[in-house]
Amino acid sequence: MTGSHAAHPSSLREGERHNGDTNPRRKVVGQRVTRLEDPPLVTGRGTYVGNLNFPHQLHMRVVRSNYAHALIRSIDTAAARAHPGCIAIWTGADVADIPPITFRPTSVQGLEPYRQYILARDRVRYVGEPIAVVFAADPYTAEDIAEMVTLDAEELPVILSADTPPGEFAPGLSTEAVIMRKNFGDVDAAFRAAYTVVEVDVQVGRHSGVPLENRGALARLDHSRDVLELYGAGKRPHAHRDAVAALIGRSPASMHFYEGHIGGGFGVRGEIYPEDVLTCLAAVRFDRPVKWIEDRRENLMACNHSREQHHVVRAALDADARLLAVDAKLWHDQGAYVRTHGARVPDMAMGTLLGGYDVPAYRAIAYVRMTNKTPAATYRCPGRFESTYACERLMDAVAEKFGLSRIEVRRRNLIRKAQFPYPRAMDILDHPVELDSGDFALLLEKTLPHLGWDALQAELAQRRANGELVGVGMGFFMEKSGLGPVDGVRVTVDIQGKVQVVTGASSIGQGVETVMAQICADGLGVDYRDIKVIHGRTDMLEYGIGAHASRATVMTGGATRIAALNVRRKALEFAAQHMIEAPVELLDIVDGRVVRTDRPGEPGIAIGKVAAALSPSPTSVAFGTPGLTAEGWFETAGLAHPYGIHTAVVKVDPDTGQTIVERFHVAYDIGCAINPMLVEGQIVGGVAQGLGGALYEEFVYDERGEPLSVTFADYLMPTANEMPPVEVLLTEDAPSPNNALGMKGAGEAGITGVGAAIAAAIDDAIGMPGAITRLPVTPQRLKAILDKRAGVHA
Amino acid sequence: MNEPLAITLQVNGQSHDIRVEPRKTLSDALRIDCGLTGTNVGCEHGVCGACTVLLDGEPVRACLMFAVQAQGRQLRTVEGLAREGRLHPLQQAFIDNHSLQCGFCTSGFLMLAAGTLENQPDIDDAGLREVLSSNLCRCTGYQNILRAVGQVRDSLKTSGGGR
Amino acid sequence: MKPGVFSWHPARSVDEAVALLAEYAPQDGRVIAGGQSLVPSMALRLAFPAHLIDINGVEELARVRVEGSELAIGACVRHAAFQRPVEPGALGQALAQVVHHIAHSPIRARGTFCGSVANADPASEWCLVAATLGAKMIARSARGTRVIDAADFFQGIMTTALAEDELLTEVRLPLLPVGTRAGFYEFSRRAGDYALAMAFVCWQEVEGRMRDVRIGTGSIEAQPRRIAAAEALLEGQMATPAAIEAGVEAAIQAVCAAVDPLEDFHTSAQYRRDLIGTAVRRAFSHALSDTARQSP
Repeated sequence: MTGSHAAHPSSLREGERHNGDTNPRRKVVGQRVTRLEDPPLVTGRGTYVGNLNFPHQLHMRVVRSNYAHALIRSIDTAAARAHPGCIAIWTGADVADIPPITFRPTSVQGLEPYRQYILARDRVRYVGEPIAVVFAADPYTAEDIAEMVTLDAEELPVILSADTPPGEFAPGLSTEAVIMRKNFGDVDAAFRAAYTVVEVDVQVGRHSGVPLENRGALARLDHSRDVLELYGAGKRPHAHRDAVAALIGRSPASMHFYEGHIGGGFGVRGEIYPEDVLTCLAAVRFDRPVKWIEDRRENLMACNHSREQHHVVRAALDADARLLAVDAKLWHDQGAYVRTHGARVPDMAMGTLLGGYDVPAYRAIAYVRMTNKTPAATYRCPGRFESTYACERLMDAVAEKFGLSRIEVRRRNLIRKAQFPYPRAMDILDHPVELDSGDFALLLEKTLPHLGWDALQAELAQRRANGELVGVGMGFFMEKSGLGPVDGVRVTVDIQGKVQVVTGASSIGQGVETVMAQICADGLGVDYRDIKVIHGRTDMLEYGIGAHASRATVMTGGATRIAALNVRRKALEFAAQHMIEAPVELLDIVDGRVVRTDRPGEPGIAIGKVAAALSPSPTSVAFGTPGLTAEGWFETAGLAHPYGIHTAVVKVDPDTGQTIVERFHVAYDIGCAINPMLVEGQIVGGVAQGLGGALYEEFVYDERGEPLSVTFADYLMPTANEMPPVEVLLTEDAPSPNNALGMKGAGEAGITGVGAAIAAAIDDAIGMPGAITRLPVTPQRLKAILDKRAGVHA
Repeated sequence: MNEPLAITLQVNGQSHDIRVEPRKTLSDALRIDCGLTGTNVGCEHGVCGACTVLLDGEPVRACLMFAVQAQGRQLRTVEGLAREGRLHPLQQAFIDNHSLQCGFCTSGFLMLAAGTLENQPDIDDAGLREVLSSNLCRCTGYQNILRAVGQVRDSLKTSGGGR
Repeated sequence: MKPGVFSWHPARSVDEAVALLAEYAPQDGRVIAGGQSLVPSMALRLAFPAHLIDINGVEELARVRVEGSELAIGACVRHAAFQRPVEPGALGQALAQVVHHIAHSPIRARGTFCGSVANADPASEWCLVAATLGAKMIARSARGTRVIDAADFFQGIMTTALAEDELLTEVRLPLLPVGTRAGFYEFSRRAGDYALAMAFVCWQEVEGRMRDVRIGTGSIEAQPRRIAAAEALLEGQMATPAAIEAGVEAAIQAVCAAVDPLEDFHTSAQYRRDLIGTAVRRAFSHALSDTARQSP
């Protein structure tokens, strides 16, 4: 598909696009204000789902397959049922009426047969797959009973890699679920005309978000309203409510998802997992509240995995090291089933592989292959950590081939400011690609002195002369945020002047309440601490986009701003007509009071009084709708594309192969930072996860498909000791033209380029360009690379 | 064999009379039987530190003790940090320094830090970093946690002592 | 990850503990002290003792004291106790050096020296120290008390010479003479993780020569041990830094030739062999550095 579409953003008049909002006030927007979310969290009053309880509740415990691939002969529940504490046990037969878990609408065809049933039916396909659930009065007993359920199965051959030839998923169905393609320009002609061709063959290891709070759900049927409530929802409460309702045969209006505190999302929580559906179903069928909290071992083998991709990328270049074309193949390890994310991850990997580079022709093929491992889906910066890694390894290889510095190769190929908005003639997730704004040259110009580049080079040279293996590497990236298309918010001022913002956003810990409060505060003219932001409540707002794809700030923020402006306009118009007797152009709201701008000394009227005056009455009904409340709907003309540069300084210990990251630098253009402190927090947190994926984290399986990384002693995540100091340079040089404040998202920026930067730095430290192909770079793997060069153990 | 035992736990200066099986972990007993859900459970095998509480003033992992083992000992949890509505300096410092995002690790870090600063008020930055690497955080990247605890250590030293 | 059901038997004296163990060991009974290894294995349901004999309340086991020429470490002495030297000589220094590598401080607040020794995890630092220094393990049962030498005590992965009804009440380490040099090094993925390789070395200088050289390796085989062939190369040689450095390289060759490292899915035997060479070198290097020196 080409990139043309009906209403190109720049063709809209400025006022139309921004709803008349052309000169936004920034009093608290842009400030490093402390978070509204914090007080309950620092005093131990969090409402994580594990903390919630209802009287008479049942505890659900999942029995999981211990085979990676097998035909189920029988599931023996006799001994378990005999346990005095056993209230019920379900196997696949008991939920045979529930269809498999759906995925979001997609243009990708052919994925339906690979969906997962909530309990395995005739076959199990990964260790950890739910085969039964038991119900008891407490979690200890539930676990005892679950241990007594045994699976008798006939083992089948396992497929553990997307690189091996596909096998049989089911009779007549290949484990190669789909082959996806993207293409623009004439790639073959470009390769024929190329001065030279460079190729890289790289892999990212299997790892994932691993939030500190395990998954859980608590479902309850409220008979007073005939509503099924689910606590513990996160990420996309509205969409998931609709999907789960369809699965269990209830209307969306008769189900409500509530989001309390969530111990981290990172893209893996808030999926529609079998356990969520089972919990809801059980609450209905037993007519008792049902609580399910997984343990860490379950989490590491049953919560979505991610990242495992193998890329072979070729570039055709001219004599000046300019890209003429890129030809990419990727093998995507999907795990055992396709769940709610469909094929989004390989789609995004293919679609973002070109990063911020100016490339006239591109072809990408993704082989999406099922394996007998935990199903894989999105994890913070999905597909883009992988594609950025592959692309940056390619650009480093180009530098090596031409004898140019790695930075010079980027300079020659990054999209120039004048070229924005820059379309690529292809779709990602069924949206045409248009990179909205950017100025990499300027960012690089600011980054190098901020890093102290020259002093760093001198220091590294000195240390190398002393025999140390030290190096620096960079990862350039273009991010994607603000996925729309629309979001809506309602803002209401109560008679005490306090403000409530109801959003469909999700809080996964990123500070969305504070950010929305800041935006609303400036739009309305009140103190941000007088604002309460509601999120994740399907009963309070009919629609919501949740929190993913770094969209909340842009989309919900955009809608919040519009709603706040609408409330402000309503207050001023009503006050002008009925309360102050002054032209509305002379009125403003400052610090929560409606004041006359031509009489600065006067106290004005508290906004709560305006709200009170708007309470239902003939006057307020004649004016419009009663109440000082308004909605705001924001439609984005396109994605916002922040961009940045990651820089890592590392030291390698040649005797052990250990890599220490001594310094990490993130330069990032965010368009408009609503709260720089929160943006930095997101970035540093993202760096930690990226560092984990680059050096420590990996889900390993043995040759039978048995997962070996099932405790925190095996799946290693960085601690404070492994983290280098992280310096952040935030710029606002390329605001997005697609929203009034110019915002771009920040949720994923810290992680995108970390794999690339650390791999490049290690290459530099050991003096072997291109040596690092596979993440994570474990000490044993790096030692093997060094030994091979030295001819040791040949 | 598994009959619940009647025990008393002293938590934050208050007595909790509860009945628990011997196998009930201290973390579960605090959360379920004492109703103190501020202590979180992240792994149940003693690695993440989200369950850190103070046992006679020492930071320990509540998931690695059985509740019956904690009888007669003084326990402190995050619920006991604030006094009469006033936040503990560490709690305030965590807010001021944006040392939390999702908050799930926060209770554990607060208790680890509180116990450490009480026992070793002169701990240096390297020592603090070593201690704070006992616990996992998946959101913040640790930088702001280290800074907040260091600030409180410094301010307690200049003001001449702890609470 | 909740543990399975068990009966809890808190002991208040060593006699009571021994009697409880005699009664319940045949019924899947085990001792719990710090629990920092046992409880996770129970949570993972890899261990499911039906009875736990809890010795945390036995005060007489919580003592660490010098007795004659030995340091006597009771069964309930926590790792944390060693963070400040428990005796003023070279042994106290050495133990204080090693303890910081054990897990993290909240684990050290509960876990015990003797518990670690009885558990016999190949990656246990105290097991390596015990094996290298020739510790004596005091085991008590209803049948009496016996002393087990370190050389006989460690028999394999998580396997010791203790009978199921024996309580390890005490480990005795020999005090190290004034002027002893001791060094420890371990390599792990992250600080506090189980080591992939570790070495503990010590020697005395007598009239300018190295005497009583001990080189212990751990984490690479089923149990820690001294490498006699390597020790013999250094025994009696000149104790100057240059001579030691050269001697150490030869000793490392001997170590690498002598060991038969474990191989598992994550870590190859070859890598372990490479690591142990590095560990020995760095342990010696640490022993030679000024901070490790115990002055007379």
